[in-house]
Amino acid sequence: MELTITLLLFFALVTTAVAIALLRNLFAVVMLSGVASLLAALLFIVMDAVDVAFTEAAVGAGISSVLMLSTIALTARHEKIPTRSSLVPLAIVSLTGMVLIYGTLDMPNFGSADAPVQTHVGPEYIQRTPKEIHVPNIVTGVLASYRGYDTLGEVTVVFTAGLGVILLLGGIGRRRRRGKGQS
Amino acid sequence: MDRIFNAEFALGHMNYWLFVILMMTGLYIVVARGNLLKKIVGLNLFQVAVFMLYISMGKVSGGTAPILIDNPNQLYSNPLPHVLILTAIVVGIATTSLGLALIVRINETYGTIEEDEVLEIDHQMHADEVAKVEKLKPAKLDAS
Repeated sequence: MELTITLLLFFALVTTAVAIALLRNLFAVVMLSGVASLLAALLFIVMDAVDVAFTEAAVGAGISSVLMLSTIALTARHEKIPTRSSLVPLAIVSLTGMVLIYGTLDMPNFGSADAPVQTHVGPEYIQRTPKEIHVPNIVTGVLASYRGYDTLGEVTVVFTAGLGVILLLGGIGRRRRRGKGQS
Repeated sequence: MDRIFNAEFALGHMNYWLFVILMMTGLYIVVARGNLLKKIVGLNLFQVAVFMLYISMGKVSGGTAPILIDNPNQLYSNPLPHVLILTAIVVGIATTSLGLALIVRINETYGTIEEDEVLEIDHQMHADEVAKVEKLKPAKLDAS
């Protein structure tokens, strides 16, 4: 049952992705990217990653859609038909895909408890977190305590990106008004 | 090769194969589409595919979300991929917003967000510059 729901949602996600590739209306593309994020969030819930699911729903479907909508409001609504042929990219993508699928053949089955991922440090964290951190949510325990410095680094990345956006877009209204005044 | 047609093997690996298709769709959009905004959407799809791979690997059948409950025999999914992907999602939105800001600036300067047109304008500007330099050269020679 679990597997059926997972595969069903995954098929829906892939279909959304293909629709995004085919559409030319950018508004529809942005909306479908929000739909893809929501489907991804549902998939995360089915695969037990609840923390990841609500981050994806808030960030992927929420903030990201708003940012993209603002961008199309400032730029263009339609994609132009490309002049070059898309056969070479298609060939390269199929080849890469086949190599990747070949790579997955050696992987253990989905959900198997004796996979290498499950037998190393994962169980250790599950055993230690209640004794050492006293937080029931293990993901929170690892994120904020065991790997707190990583989270600090992540905050630095977000801060730097925010700084970059401010530097790039600072004074855009002023420049626009000046441009209009000249013309 | 026989094992691919084995139902258990195929169902157990379907998740990974779908992840590959999703990832390649994202890559195709990035490579083949000229619109810069669509490239960013493609990049996001690529990213989501990688997240799917990690979370798929952390799943244990019969397990539950890694939030501790009183039952000592409860099976939990692996929390470590979740932590990694949580960080990756936040970094992903940071890069997306930076990319979108760049698109707005490109549109301001070039008046278009199509890659081909931006390249064409660049070539035109370069040709104009070369023509200007060529025009100046003999004038300088005459002056000396």
